[in-house]
Amino acid sequence: MTIRELLDRLSGNRNTSANSACSRLRVVLAHDRSDLSPALLDQMRLEIMEVVSKYLELDYIGSELTLETEERSTALVANLPIRCVRKLSR
Amino acid sequence: MSSPNLGSHIDALKANNCRSIVLCSGKGGVGKTTLTANLGVALAKLNKKTCVVDADYGLRNLDLLLGLESRIVFTAQEVISGGCRLEQALVRHKHETNLMLMPAGNPRMLDWFSSEHMRTLITLLSESFDFILIDAPAGVEDGFKNAVAGASEAILVVNPEISSVRDADRVAGLLASQGTIDTIQLLVNRVRPRMVEKLDMLSIEDVLDILAIPLLGVVQEDEQVIIAANLGEPLALGKPKSPAAFAYGNIARRIQGEDIPIPDINAKHGGFVGRLGEFLSTKII
Repeated sequence: MTIRELLDRLSGNRNTSANSACSRLRVVLAHDRSDLSPALLDQMRLEIMEVVSKYLELDYIGSELTLETEERSTALVANLPIRCVRKLSR
Repeated sequence: MSSPNLGSHIDALKANNCRSIVLCSGKGGVGKTTLTANLGVALAKLNKKTCVVDADYGLRNLDLLLGLESRIVFTAQEVISGGCRLEQALVRHKHETNLMLMPAGNPRMLDWFSSEHMRTLITLLSESFDFILIDAPAGVEDGFKNAVAGASEAILVVNPEISSVRDADRVAGLLASQGTIDTIQLLVNRVRPRMVEKLDMLSIEDVLDILAIPLLGVVQEDEQVIIAANLGEPLALGKPKSPAAFAYGNIARRIQGEDIPIPDINAKHGGFVGRLGEFLSTKII
């Protein structure tokens, strides 16, 4: 990090066009690399939630399924906030 | 691919101690042909017998940038179809005698030229050269695949622009799955230091962070490149007066294995503004 970048960060000035390019690239490359479209990802999210909902009550609005990349590998990351644990009736 | 001879040229390259490097980018207009011409000249100046192969059969321009367009008699097309010997098609550079051009055939060649033909061509060339630089066409279709088929190393050319970086990532994936390319290095071309400084252009660090491919070199945007193209005299031919010419020389030396550090490119201003800029660009972490 340079002093300029530190100053930018401290002043909350992160809205540069280079920063937007970086964050947009990260998202689009994650989709490119995995060959998954946002629509397909959302469908997966709903199906995963359906399965998990058998056991837990989930917060549908706060949940997300995203692709994250580090180096040249991509991971599927699910964030599913739990409202409460379902009492399974056996 | 069903061909049993997928690596036939690789054996020939190894046996003849020749390195075949493809320059590719996916996106057009990032400077592949200019780089091929200049790195060819720069390697030749280092006393390496170098052949630049124009694999862009649809839109060939390597001959123009080298100023050799009027000297072409035969092309790769005649070599492959048996119409001439290899030496008859090769065009020697006017000033740099270590450099030869293997011209592209006419655009109709696109229809029948295959990856197997490219491997045959490279096998023939490997006997006479230390380095073969293949100028790939833009895109990721057959022309690109043919160009890559002849190489064992790749230089991925990228501009610090969002579309170029995205395309480069796609090409990197294709190169990795292609099978015969064992080294991929990144060359960031046409960087504008002042825009990077104002955080209006992706920095080298940003590009490396996103693509995660080892960096071979950085070339600044340089008006001299256009003038050199007008004249058909690659910048690397002369003394390294311009930033780009200096970078070409360094990259060629890195290609041949010398350990030359990659300079930090920041805009150089004079006076107070310059000193302030330098202070602000001081690395603290």
